[in-house]
Amino acid sequence: MLIIKDLHASVEGKEILRGINLTINAGEVHAIMGPNGSGKSTLANVLAGNTNYEVTKGEVTFNGKDLLSMTADVRAKEGLFLSFQYPVEIPGVSMINFLKTAVNESRKYHQLKELSAGDFLKVMREKKEMVQIDSQLTNRSVNEGFSGGEKKKNEIFQMAMLEPKLAILDETDSGLDIDALRIVANGVNLLKRAENATIVVTHYQRLLDYIVPDFVHVLYKGQIVKSAGKELVLELEEKGYDWIKKELGE
Amino acid sequence: MDNQNKLLNEVAERDYRFGFVTDIETDVIPKGLSEEVVRIISAKKEEPEFMLEFRLKAYRKWLTMKMPDWAQLKIPEIDYQEIIYYAAPRQQPKYESLDQVDPELLSTFAKLGIPLEEQKMLAGVAVDAVMDSVSVKTTFKENLAELGIIFCSFSEAVKHHPDLVQKYLGMVVPPNDNFFAALNCAVFSDGSFVYIPKGVRCPMELSTYFRINAKNTGQFERTLIIADNDSYVSYLEGCTAPMRDENQLHAAVVEIIALDRAEVKYSTVQNWYPGNKEGIGGIYNFVTKRGLCKGESSKIYWNQVETGSAITWKYPSCILAGDNSVAEFNSVALTNNYQQADTGTKMIHLGKNTKSTIVSKGISAGHSSNSYRGLVRVAAKAENSRNYSQCDSLLLGENCGAHTFPYIEVGNQNSVVEHEATTSKIGEDQIFYCNQRGISTQDAIGMIVNGYAREVINKLPMEFAVEAQKLLQISLEGSVG
Repeated sequence: MLIIKDLHASVEGKEILRGINLTINAGEVHAIMGPNGSGKSTLANVLAGNTNYEVTKGEVTFNGKDLLSMTADVRAKEGLFLSFQYPVEIPGVSMINFLKTAVNESRKYHQLKELSAGDFLKVMREKKEMVQIDSQLTNRSVNEGFSGGEKKKNEIFQMAMLEPKLAILDETDSGLDIDALRIVANGVNLLKRAENATIVVTHYQRLLDYIVPDFVHVLYKGQIVKSAGKELVLELEEKGYDWIKKELGE
Repeated sequence: MDNQNKLLNEVAERDYRFGFVTDIETDVIPKGLSEEVVRIISAKKEEPEFMLEFRLKAYRKWLTMKMPDWAQLKIPEIDYQEIIYYAAPRQQPKYESLDQVDPELLSTFAKLGIPLEEQKMLAGVAVDAVMDSVSVKTTFKENLAELGIIFCSFSEAVKHHPDLVQKYLGMVVPPNDNFFAALNCAVFSDGSFVYIPKGVRCPMELSTYFRINAKNTGQFERTLIIADNDSYVSYLEGCTAPMRDENQLHAAVVEIIALDRAEVKYSTVQNWYPGNKEGIGGIYNFVTKRGLCKGESSKIYWNQVETGSAITWKYPSCILAGDNSVAEFNSVALTNNYQQADTGTKMIHLGKNTKSTIVSKGISAGHSSNSYRGLVRVAAKAENSRNYSQCDSLLLGENCGAHTFPYIEVGNQNSVVEHEATTSKIGEDQIFYCNQRGISTQDAIGMIVNGYAREVINKLPMEFAVEAQKLLQISLEGSVG
């Protein structure tokens, strides 16, 4: 589904990603871990097409198409979803209007008929139940005045509505209490399909107790320095990131 | 002076009431402004004496006045002697068919979903078929007449209701009010007149749109709305379609009078031709709009969405004379490319316990300049009065400007005046967030701007609000690369 080859990217002239190689297949859950500043969020943003990040080298193929040549909105319509570490507030734009536009833009792109208001509300009700989001949130402006936990739940709700092929969860666990964490993780697990894939970007192992990864990668100084199965999570929990640094001879 | 001018001068000096009209019906009035021209206009319209006097007084005052230069605007010099002051009653169609019209204009019409026949009318194409709205208009007028509501062109009002016109014309905007108002008083060709009788709630939104189909009102438009005791009316002016006009200078006057407990809601969507992307051409819109809350507990609301014109100079204001009267000004002014707007309001509190609210949302893009200028004055005797003002500016890009000029004068101790102002930029992070959900940058900007302006748009009548939303989006197309 996603093939990343020798990906380099920089922000304001400073190189953050220094040759990432990664292959993700349908049905898989990959965790990307690593200490602060290792480039985890940069990778998530580069894949989503944030123009603040400049790709200097490498290629990325998404379902056989050249991802890097697409604008951010086309990537989204192709089925790539980013759950933001810091979801953005858009005052005055109702969540319903925002999501209806998003869903219908994607449907238009795939030459499907746009959903009528009635059908849209029906789908929305189903998904709201699924991710256990408070009904009132969808009547408010996008993320405006939402608590940290509400914002993250709202991201998962949007993911449920948009049904992406590849979901990238960028530090979705940050700022969540244990109950919210469980709800968010539960939502992600319910959305798991054989034909889609998930990348969980996280600093802590906590979230991975709930969303169990098939593969774990450690990102350090802009490169993937270690890849293994889910047992790596436990090892990291025990030994911390210093262990990796030592292994690298630092 | 050529022969034609000589002849016209001779004609004009004759007494206009004696078989004069037929003489000049097919004549062309030369450009330029003089006392003769004012007399000709009045004569052509077969106006009673008081109208001629009103015009002449205004004209004489205008001669002593200067164009205002205090606004945050760069106005090219206007040669008032180069303007033709009498618009022919019927303009010749400019084009034979829609194929000859600027395709960019047509694509905008299409985006706004304007019916074909209407597109022709707006673009200046000959309309061959009888428009559906003619029959609509007739039933509409019959319904209103049953309730005693007068809704007609200004000329008709002068003919059929001279007593009302004489009583109220110039009551709110007197001929000596300002340079552009004086000019309008002297030469205005036509406009709208509304009278709502005592205790009547006008059952439908009154719209000039119905009238525009019938008559071209020209560049100096005059509107007079009178709401008698305990009446209500909602009036819509303008059109979301980009209006082309050969006349660059527009100086309209709108007067509203609300008597005891009357309520008037005046909504405008203004989208005159703003000039091209380089700032060439475009309408100069110098408008004087003012309402008088004359009666106790009367209410006047100004709601406007302004996206057009090269230069806008406009301050829809209210005089809160009646005790317990209420006034609101809700505005969205969007400027793009090289447009300039200096707009705002004046709230003059004279009565006791009067209350005014100002919500102004400026949006600037491109190289445009967008200023809010507002005056809140509470007179000494206007005890326990309140004003709340909120002036927000939204900037798109690096080359535009936004300015706020609030003036506050409070003449007593027990009134409260609050003013809040914010300036913000559309965040790249907001646009990226929308992009990441599959919404294109252009749609994202439209959505964010509409969200920002929602408070005001929600005040517009339903069908106007939907169009205004589309209009904001279209007006910003290409503003962010």
